[in-house]
Amino acid sequence: MRIIVCVKQVPDTEARIRISSEGNGIAEADINWIVSPYDELAIEEALRLREARGGEVVLVSLGPERAQSALRSGLAMGADRAVYLKDPLFDATDTLGTARALAAAIKGLTPFDLVLTGQQGVGGDHSQVPGLLAELLDLPQVTVATKVEIQEGKATVEREIEGAHESWETSLPAVISAQKGLNEPRYASLKGIMAAKKKPIESRDAAGLGLDAAALAPRCRIVALELPPARPPVRMIEGDVGTQAQELLRLLHEEANVI
Amino acid sequence: MPIIITFAETREVKLRRASLEAVSEARRLASALGASVESVLVGSGVEGLAAELGRHGADKVHVFDDPALASYATEAYARALAQVIQKVKPTAVLVPFTAMGKDLAPRVAARVGAGLASDVSGLSVKAGRLEARRAMYSGKAVATVCWEGEPQMATLRPNVFPLAQPDASRSASVAKASVDVTARARVTAVHASGAGKVELSEAQVIVSGGRGLKGPENFHLVQSLAEAFGAAVGASRAVVDAGWVDHQLQVGQTGKTVSPTLYVACGISGAIQHLAGMSSSKCIVAINKDPDAPIFKIANYGILGDVFEVLPRLTDAAKVYFGAAR
Repeated sequence: MRIIVCVKQVPDTEARIRISSEGNGIAEADINWIVSPYDELAIEEALRLREARGGEVVLVSLGPERAQSALRSGLAMGADRAVYLKDPLFDATDTLGTARALAAAIKGLTPFDLVLTGQQGVGGDHSQVPGLLAELLDLPQVTVATKVEIQEGKATVEREIEGAHESWETSLPAVISAQKGLNEPRYASLKGIMAAKKKPIESRDAAGLGLDAAALAPRCRIVALELPPARPPVRMIEGDVGTQAQELLRLLHEEANVI
Repeated sequence: MPIIITFAETREVKLRRASLEAVSEARRLASALGASVESVLVGSGVEGLAAELGRHGADKVHVFDDPALASYATEAYARALAQVIQKVKPTAVLVPFTAMGKDLAPRVAARVGAGLASDVSGLSVKAGRLEARRAMYSGKAVATVCWEGEPQMATLRPNVFPLAQPDASRSASVAKASVDVTARARVTAVHASGAGKVELSEAQVIVSGGRGLKGPENFHLVQSLAEAFGAAVGASRAVVDAGWVDHQLQVGQTGKTVSPTLYVACGISGAIQHLAGMSSSKCIVAINKDPDAPIFKIANYGILGDVFEVLPRLTDAAKVYFGAAR
């Protein structure tokens, strides 16, 4: 099997976000960068499938120079090789542009059986790339998967919707996005980290992928980025437990108008 | 005249509330733009739902009614919505950001080459174009976004946009349409999960429990309080990971994003990842015995106390309060 995993580097979720001086992005200094947690689920699932059925796991990531460390982390977990997409035209593009670049790189990796990725990247929180990729690659998709079972030429997938689980069947190749609960990602071993240093990361740029400025021009862009409005300080309710209960209900009704 | 299209999601042959929120918002924006509103309805036996879309602001409804469309299949539904977009050439397309919308909208956006803003919680008109607000970085920042070209596509966060007052005198014209229903990935079965009656993403009131409850044997205190409020039950990641409750109840970055009118956090410290899922709640109440718990920094009201004492008292008081109100 050849399994492609698309990986994104994002700020650590513990990171304190500060707005850049331009006012339309985050200030990147002093941020700890990690592999998006949902993408780790995708890498883990790919590794398990390779362990069961043989083949190779190829990581693909688009991003600035620092994104290569996300690829090294995935290689340290056990992926075989990586493709790194870097170009000034990628820096300003949107989700569709990103998907176009990833799709072009993935087409260069034909034949493949499966494309796995996290259901959303916890920086942009768009949740779009899996569906965009599937359309651009003309493949079926199953998103927010909590269980994946591969059979000959098809997969059975469990998916979360509101208040229920759906079972899906899809032909392969397909794009599947990983939801929490799919698996528990392994930690890279020291041996894995050492081995990762020697695994190949191939670089590609926009021209090499057949993409020009028009194909990558953003259709949706951030005009301004702000911190959320400050909330008023909490009103602590005093008194004994009985008083607190009554007072809370009164405030929720009379002051907050929520009950 | 410009046109705004909305996608109407149904479940069990009923329009989901988020579909009505989308058409209501489309109507509101259309008034500012001098536009009309058309909805796309896909399913089996759903044609009768067009009237309700009309009452909430749709001028026209494109109906794809076919037994083969009874269950969701991405490619078939995407083909239907894209077909209408390519025919009507709307200025904007609004899709609810539900599990279905999240799966469907990107596919359609790529198909029609549109910019897509996900999970928007505010829309406005500026010089004839749309502008949207959406959370980023697990809710730690808010972005204002705009589009190039058309259609301007957005998925709308459920439970944020107000429903229009239904107008019985408004009706929508119905255009029946058909589409190739082939799909390489299909639903084969649906099983309800142990998530309780009220779905979190649609709930107006949520009572949520965390590690402060100490053990699964105590989680019933949260459930009783929720029942007294007629609320949905939520949980923090810690208690889901510990196996106390199903992942469907998890609120937070790797769980659900919720926007209720009232969120009551019981024994939840308020880690960033949890806040990411509930910080857009209109009113937040925190009950915790740790005065330094981060949850108190975003709560509107706080009770510093032991959940084992506070929850039963609050449940009793709520039963009396809501009992008397009925």
